[in-house]
Amino acid sequence: MTITKSDSSDTSRLERPSNKPTAALDFGMAWDYAPAPEAPDHVRIDPKYGLFIGGRWVTPRSGKFFPTISPSTEQVLAEVAEANAQDVDDAVKAAREAYDKYWSKMRGADRAKYIFRIARAIQEKARELAIVESMNGGKPIKESRDVDVPLAAAHFFYHAGWADKLDYAFQGRRYRSLGVAGQIIPWNFPLLMAAWKLAPALACGNTVVLKPAETTPLTALLLAKIIEEAELPPGVVNIVTGAGETGFALVNHPDVNKIAFTGSTGVGKKIQRAIAGTTKRLTLELGGKAANVVFADAPIDQAVDGIVNGIYFNQGHVCCAGSRLLVEESVHDVIVRKLRDRMATLRLGDPLDKNTDVGAINSKAQLARIQELVAAGEAEGCERYSAPCQLPEKGFWFAPTFFTGASMSSRVAREEIFGPVLTIMTFRTPDEAVEKANNTMYGLSAGVWTDKGAKIFYMATKLKAGVIWGNTFNKFDPTSPFGGYKESGFGREGGRQGLSAYVEVE
Amino acid sequence: MYALFAPPAVDAVALEERAASFAKRSIKKATKVAGLKLAIAMMDLTTLEGKDTAGKVRQLCQKAMRPLDSDPSIGPCAAICVYPNHVATAKEALAGSTVKVASVATAFPSGQSPLDIKLDDVRRAVDFGADEIDMVIDRGAMLIGDYAKVYDEIAATKEACGAAHLKVILETGELGSYDMIRKASEIGIAAGGDFIKTSTGKIQPAATPPVTLLMLETIRDHYYATGRRIGMKPAGGVRTSKQALHYLVLLKETLGDAWLTPDLFRFGASALLNDVLMQLEKERTGNYQAGDDFSKD
Repeated sequence: MTITKSDSSDTSRLERPSNKPTAALDFGMAWDYAPAPEAPDHVRIDPKYGLFIGGRWVTPRSGKFFPTISPSTEQVLAEVAEANAQDVDDAVKAAREAYDKYWSKMRGADRAKYIFRIARAIQEKARELAIVESMNGGKPIKESRDVDVPLAAAHFFYHAGWADKLDYAFQGRRYRSLGVAGQIIPWNFPLLMAAWKLAPALACGNTVVLKPAETTPLTALLLAKIIEEAELPPGVVNIVTGAGETGFALVNHPDVNKIAFTGSTGVGKKIQRAIAGTTKRLTLELGGKAANVVFADAPIDQAVDGIVNGIYFNQGHVCCAGSRLLVEESVHDVIVRKLRDRMATLRLGDPLDKNTDVGAINSKAQLARIQELVAAGEAEGCERYSAPCQLPEKGFWFAPTFFTGASMSSRVAREEIFGPVLTIMTFRTPDEAVEKANNTMYGLSAGVWTDKGAKIFYMATKLKAGVIWGNTFNKFDPTSPFGGYKESGFGREGGRQGLSAYVEVE
Repeated sequence: MYALFAPPAVDAVALEERAASFAKRSIKKATKVAGLKLAIAMMDLTTLEGKDTAGKVRQLCQKAMRPLDSDPSIGPCAAICVYPNHVATAKEALAGSTVKVASVATAFPSGQSPLDIKLDDVRRAVDFGADEIDMVIDRGAMLIGDYAKVYDEIAATKEACGAAHLKVILETGELGSYDMIRKASEIGIAAGGDFIKTSTGKIQPAATPPVTLLMLETIRDHYYATGRRIGMKPAGGVRTSKQALHYLVLLKETLGDAWLTPDLFRFGASALLNDVLMQLEKERTGNYQAGDDFSKD
């Protein structure tokens, strides 16, 4: 090893492994982990689910059912009702009746009791909910067990606490609940998104018609059973399953006071057009192409962990995923090298295996979209690296991947891929990082990695994103408002700010 | 030369989060048995007490060579770790076996003696037959920023070791921050340590998963830069089979397959062995045996 004297103003090391890579690490099969699958034996999935309207399970007027599958095995898990416009109308009527009769008249402290009951029931059934979430959505059990389900419970607990304290939420101003809220949620965090939507709506005194995503309805239906067991007044929460048409029947229903949507920017724009000219209130939480900015003075090894968590968490099916990695040019090579070694340890496979890090892609359609964009990246001359994983034969899978050599104009740098695909670009100065980070139509989240606190604050004031993480990524908490700038939507969910989406403040 | 010791920053929260994540790996059945056997092969069975005697050391040597009377396929351990006065006894007791003799030296555990005395301590331990020397760094010098002193003492100790392997004990529990531990790790490696080791076992906290991860990351950077493989020894605080398995997960997923060997990883422990044996017997028979079924040496 050569030891040389350093210029004290140089904050990086003189010894820079990045500049002279010599040795490679071997992440092979020595002491490989045996399968450790979570047993689904005790989980009960009904063969067929109706619609949950007015506190009862009803057959859809449409008479139609559609299969819902496991994306990791392509096996049908259950048949689920397809709600048509009449079914949605029934649900909205039930919600209106429940609003007028019970929920709008109930004291906050009493609403809180019901919401607390839901929260506790989620904790009691945590294992079952986690298993079903992983079966129906493809996400690793480690994640549904440790993130989705506990956070879903946390959102109900948090908002139950607000229900009788709303007088203190809006700086002394008077407020009124809105009425019936129509809520449409995505497939990436099915139960958690249901919790994000339901908890504040209920706490603020609204009743709800919720439509889960067509590929992942099962945990929302289990949640309906929990709500049934919690003995909420009939019609306070109605759950209607179906695809886009069902959603638009809800959006276009004249007696809905508020639409809350989380999903793609394309659908969000359609919704906004559809309700233009009505009195409906709207919050949209849409797509993202978040910049994860790594400076040369960052804690490099922790940043690499954060990059992996930022993009490969939940197979990259995360609207706030750190899908654009902006690294200071001097540490580009070392970051890429460490990233490759870190990715070699990611275990892709059976979502129910407790050692799985990367699960299945949620649907065939989403897999096709990822494949199309990755092919576009290769065609544009970006250099692709995919982790050396063996993909199972059945189901929908995509190995964790990144692109280097991309430019700001590459499709993989501009479009939301919503899969485990990272695009790596470089910058030279903080201002260049800001310019590149903000050069997107989205603005949901961003990450900054540096050892300098002042630099984090500087970046936070300059980055146009709703959520900015410093030396971490993808951290969620019900007390913290979440939402976007620009085409990532408007309105906030969580925290005190999130409550105002469900009340009229006078 | 000391630019070398301005290493990359360490984020404590993220480091601890990553270290904790390894404990989520589910290690069962054949993987568990293989991991526990590997842990035994990596163990430096240790006795470092004022009341140590030749009798005690001989018993420990016996245990290291054959940890479980009923099953000669288990073991042996990697080494016995003793004070210099017991090296000759251990060497004799272990004759013909593969078990190495490691001796603490350099005015262990505080290191608060003049350098020539510390070096003499090392030379005598080597003369008594020690295969490995576990030295302590000067934590006082480290904390006042006299990195040159720390470096030079390690380099001198390495020279005094001759052919004996050198493990550099950082005593991470006294260094106060992860940044300082990273710095000390780099100095230990650059100055010639074959292994870096967390602790003497006399100070709490001793080995922890985040500290071990951080030291392994330093070893990784050195390997990237030079191709030289440095060993790692967490010592003190590893008491249960479950902990040991999680350290192995941490090792495997940080440095890869090449490090899964006693040549590059050791557990410094005294209480760990019997817990590992109990778990191995449980895997073999399906039942937990009583504590007294395992010899307490």
